[in-house]
Amino acid sequence: MTSLAYTVADSGTMLRRNLKHQLRYPSLTLMLAGFPIVFLLLFVYVFGGQLGAGLGGHGASDRAAYLTYVVPGILIITVASAALGTAISVATDMTGGIIDRFRTMSISRAAVLTGHVIGSLLQTVAVLVLVAGVSLAIGFRSHASALDWLAAAGVLALFAFALIWLSAALGLAAKSVETASNTPMFLTLLPFLSSGFVPTASMPAGLRQFAEYEPFTPVTQTVRGLLSGGPIGMHAIAAIAWSAGIALASYLWAVRLYNRRRAAEPN
Amino acid sequence: MTISLTAPAISARAVRKSFGEHIVLDGVDLTVAEGTVLSLLGPNGAGKTTMVRILSTLIPADGGDIRVGGHDVLTEPDAVRALIGVTGQFSAVDNYLTGEENLRLMADLRHLGRQAGRRRIAELLERFDLTGAAGKPLSSYSGGMRRRLDLAMTLVGKPTVIFLDEPTTGLDPRSRRTMWQIIRELVSDGVTILLTTQYLDEADELADYVAVLNHGRIVAEGTPAELKGRIPGGHIQLQFAEPDALRAAAGLIPDAAPDDDQLILLVPGDGSVASLRRVLNELNDARIHVAHLSIHTPDLDDVFFAVTGHAATEPAARQAEEALQP
Repeated sequence: MTSLAYTVADSGTMLRRNLKHQLRYPSLTLMLAGFPIVFLLLFVYVFGGQLGAGLGGHGASDRAAYLTYVVPGILIITVASAALGTAISVATDMTGGIIDRFRTMSISRAAVLTGHVIGSLLQTVAVLVLVAGVSLAIGFRSHASALDWLAAAGVLALFAFALIWLSAALGLAAKSVETASNTPMFLTLLPFLSSGFVPTASMPAGLRQFAEYEPFTPVTQTVRGLLSGGPIGMHAIAAIAWSAGIALASYLWAVRLYNRRRAAEPN
Repeated sequence: MTISLTAPAISARAVRKSFGEHIVLDGVDLTVAEGTVLSLLGPNGAGKTTMVRILSTLIPADGGDIRVGGHDVLTEPDAVRALIGVTGQFSAVDNYLTGEENLRLMADLRHLGRQAGRRRIAELLERFDLTGAAGKPLSSYSGGMRRRLDLAMTLVGKPTVIFLDEPTTGLDPRSRRTMWQIIRELVSDGVTILLTTQYLDEADELADYVAVLNHGRIVAEGTPAELKGRIPGGHIQLQFAEPDALRAAAGLIPDAAPDDDQLILLVPGDGSVASLRRVLNELNDARIHVAHLSIHTPDLDDVFFAVTGHAATEPAARQAEEALQP
């Protein structure tokens, strides 16, 4: 086998290992899915009537209008929430004994991280399907074509890929599993400071500018445009650029942290 | 040492390593001939684990020439990794998988292929007495079972050089015996082993060659017999029934040390039959009755104490090492 073939084979082995962990201990996956579902129900049934009225509905009930508005935001927060799991699983691995065993074997350096990242990506897709299912069950309807759905899924997956690499890097940077479960928390706050839950136009000046320029807004607006109609414009390009940029920077950071751990660790 | 035509399995020259201000290894030389067991002894904090981590490519040394199987650990780490197996102090198993899945993971990472992998896994499960627990999660494993699985995982790729860092620490006596038996079998298959341990009887049982590490330097090395022969500590202990007999015997043997309370006489000696016969003949000629006799030959504990200045398991040293851990 060539070294690329070994890298692919080793990454596949590590991916199977991570998927086995997820299936055997589904509590983390359920927790990652539970968080956005609770927010969906909370925002639609508790705040939805009032928030929907503020959207200036088009004849539909306020709550139904808000459901249509908020589902893309909920899908984005699902991506952010699912990415938290990566930091936890990476940090758990790095603080355990098995990572030293991997490091003394002639396996591809990238395989451990790649296994985590692709495992988390598949986990995120599963959680997204679950959350989308709950959205449809409580009445979310879309006029989007199959192609639109596919495009929305692609944008979400790309953004998830970026946040998962970021979370993996944060997991590597953390000294303990506890720290790793806290540092990526800001990712679940940023969707609230975007167009995910209310239009940015309703925010005060300083906050509005922040919300308009942070990465969650173009991603939300792109998904919203594809699923609920509405203009996408430059948002799609911004969403892809942000995702690619975060993914690349986080990947480089993560690999650096992974390699540096070798040298710095005493005893 | 004899000069071997084949390259040593492990050779390290002038290995240095410090963590910040703290010097852990200060010019260590080590050579392990192919197919032998070298035991690296030393009090906790002496640098044993650091040495193993350097030799197994986990951390780079600050200086020195280090070769495993003829390959430089710094410039050809992958060639080294293809040869070695490491079983560390802390169990390197995946707690979320079953025993069999852990072995499967190793077989896949060693690219054994489906058929060969399955055969190797079945063979190792059988050999390590884990067949019954193969499908059970590791949470149900005892300490001894985990350690056996750990070593089995190390052996999946048939390494020719194995590093065992305190492989029996925390195990009950029966599990320790099992581990010793497994280690002996490996050696008879031609595997080279570097063993660190804090149990001197373990080194005595298993090692062909012993190196004692203290404060980052090798302070003594040799075969267990050579080391024990080099230090004093052997004696014959004579127990008497009467204080008069003790006094008479003490008068007869000049350099003996009497203990009047316990009626014991310690006669220094090398433990040889000749010296024993001489002492007994003298006592017999003088018609002194000995109630009980025992022979104490120097063991590695005496060696360890003589060269490091403290016992093998000293609590203070252990605490010092724990304080250094991150």
